[in-house]
Amino acid sequence: MSNSIIQVQNVSKSYWRDSLEVPVLNDISIDVHEGEFLGLMGPSGSGKTTLLNLIAGIDRPSRGNVIVGGIDITKLNESNLAKWRSRHIGFVFQFYNLLPVLTAFENVELPLLLTSLSKAERKKHVELSLDVVGLGDRIHHYPKQLSGGQEQRVAIARAIVTDPTLLVADEPTGDLDKRSAEEIMILLERLNTEFKKTIVMVTHDPRAAEKAKVVHHLDKGELS
Amino acid sequence: MKIPLKYTIRNFKSRKLTTIITVAGIAMVVFVFAAVLMMAYGIQKTMIATGCTDNVLIARKSAYGEVSSIVVRDDYNTILTLPHIAKAEDGKPLVSGETVIVIGLERRSGGLSNVTARGVARTVFTLRPQVKIVEGRAFQQGAREVIAGASIRKNFIGAELGNTVSFGGDTWTIVGYFEAGGSGFDSEFWVDNDQLQDAFNRQGGFSTVTFKLDDPNSFSAFKAAFENEPRLQQFEPKIEQKFFQEQSESLSTFINILGIFITVIFSFGATIGAMITMYAAVANRIVEVGTLRALGFKRRSVLSAFLMESIAISLFGGLIGLLLASLLQFFSLSMLNFSSFAELQFSFALSPSIVLSSLFFSLFMGIAGGFLPAVRAARLKIVDALRAG
Repeated sequence: MSNSIIQVQNVSKSYWRDSLEVPVLNDISIDVHEGEFLGLMGPSGSGKTTLLNLIAGIDRPSRGNVIVGGIDITKLNESNLAKWRSRHIGFVFQFYNLLPVLTAFENVELPLLLTSLSKAERKKHVELSLDVVGLGDRIHHYPKQLSGGQEQRVAIARAIVTDPTLLVADEPTGDLDKRSAEEIMILLERLNTEFKKTIVMVTHDPRAAEKAKVVHHLDKGELS
Repeated sequence: MKIPLKYTIRNFKSRKLTTIITVAGIAMVVFVFAAVLMMAYGIQKTMIATGCTDNVLIARKSAYGEVSSIVVRDDYNTILTLPHIAKAEDGKPLVSGETVIVIGLERRSGGLSNVTARGVARTVFTLRPQVKIVEGRAFQQGAREVIAGASIRKNFIGAELGNTVSFGGDTWTIVGYFEAGGSGFDSEFWVDNDQLQDAFNRQGGFSTVTFKLDDPNSFSAFKAAFENEPRLQQFEPKIEQKFFQEQSESLSTFINILGIFITVIFSFGATIGAMITMYAAVANRIVEVGTLRALGFKRRSVLSAFLMESIAISLFGGLIGLLLASLLQFFSLSMLNFSSFAELQFSFALSPSIVLSSLFFSLFMGIAGGFLPAVRAARLKIVDALRAG
């Protein structure tokens, strides 16, 4: 599996509610190849978002390993994990998660503040990203001045601006109308085919899942 | 890398009302804090201005103030035999044996208040060149005449030129006004010492003796001679400025302690206010915190962003409070000085150290109020924070 960019190895995850252990993922193993567009589907509570969070390094498994780009991220301490996320992961959230007090430009620029790029270089990258998502003319708009679809495009621009190893998208069309959802999916597909981005996407929208090259189904914490 | 400052600043704008209320609370506390310090400093400054650095004032060691000091004539004469006392052109020593009496006078604002009447020698205007007759003339020797300080004229009924004031069983005509550069003398009546002693049957001695040094640096030499004189052991010579500064200490210390005690209690309120504001700010932005952390910003960046926000609010409030307090410099107050039992008029005075203390005080409130909410924001688990939306 030399071209596997993500290796999820025997991962289990459970939460503790009071003294009760609630299992969410049960001994999951998945390989994702470089340039793949993976869809994770399943009913609510099936553990698909938890699996995505483990791959993105914002949560830690109870057991098992997650290796991304050759690095076992379960072994990284918190500080190094934060640094790793800033370099390797682009996030796309269901509710866009743009900072409302920052403009589109400033939102997209945020991840670049964690790099050593100069202001001029950052500007170039931000403008390029916003052009890719088709919002080159909206750079000084605040999130509330944009439609839902446009906000999600800004969020995608923010996700790709650092040219990360991996894009993770959690229900990227979950809050959008049909047309905007379609546009977002076309954009993600383009990022995958044209820009060769590896994408892991959680969705329960079958139309969105159609764009994914590989789809895994999860149910009660297990692959089905 | 830090979370950009514009994120902090713009968040103020997005919740204007709570920011304004918090800023106002802190501004009020800092205003009171600065006002109290300015008051105490104003008193000190006034009293320091009262004395000259090349004058020596001799009072009884055990005396609490001028009023409770007695220097009998024999001791006065002994003092005059000591070296380093400057001489006037006529060869007489530049010395003023002074009798200090406290009299009651009716204030313009209502009620009686104590005023110092100081019996002085004619040499006093050479001894204290900062004191100038600005209207009328000086009192004449042998006449029941008084001159009044600038604050007396302003604050007391009947203190007009040509009017009479009653004390010591006699009436005294106000023949002139003097100004003493905003010092404590401005709150006094000055009369011919012989007349005052006569009226109060105090011919036996003075309250204090003040003289000019022949050289500003000869105080230690004078003091050595003074201490070697066995007849003067119950007295203590001090540089006049230091003496009056010490006279202000009990009042300014009292104001400082009382004022700081009150403002510290107030500051609890303002700090809790800032804390509530910051907790609300964190609660409203949990998802934003989760997003920033997911993007790779570290816990300490989140901590410092929220702490900076709290500090910015409190420093802004502190600056406003300080600005308002600085306007107090245009006001003056009269208070009873504990040491002299007489009214002292002074202005609020601002010093660099008061500015610094006030800013540190507001900084402290910002840190104290912002720390726990900032820690809460920094400790959020990313997954929980993202789910809070």
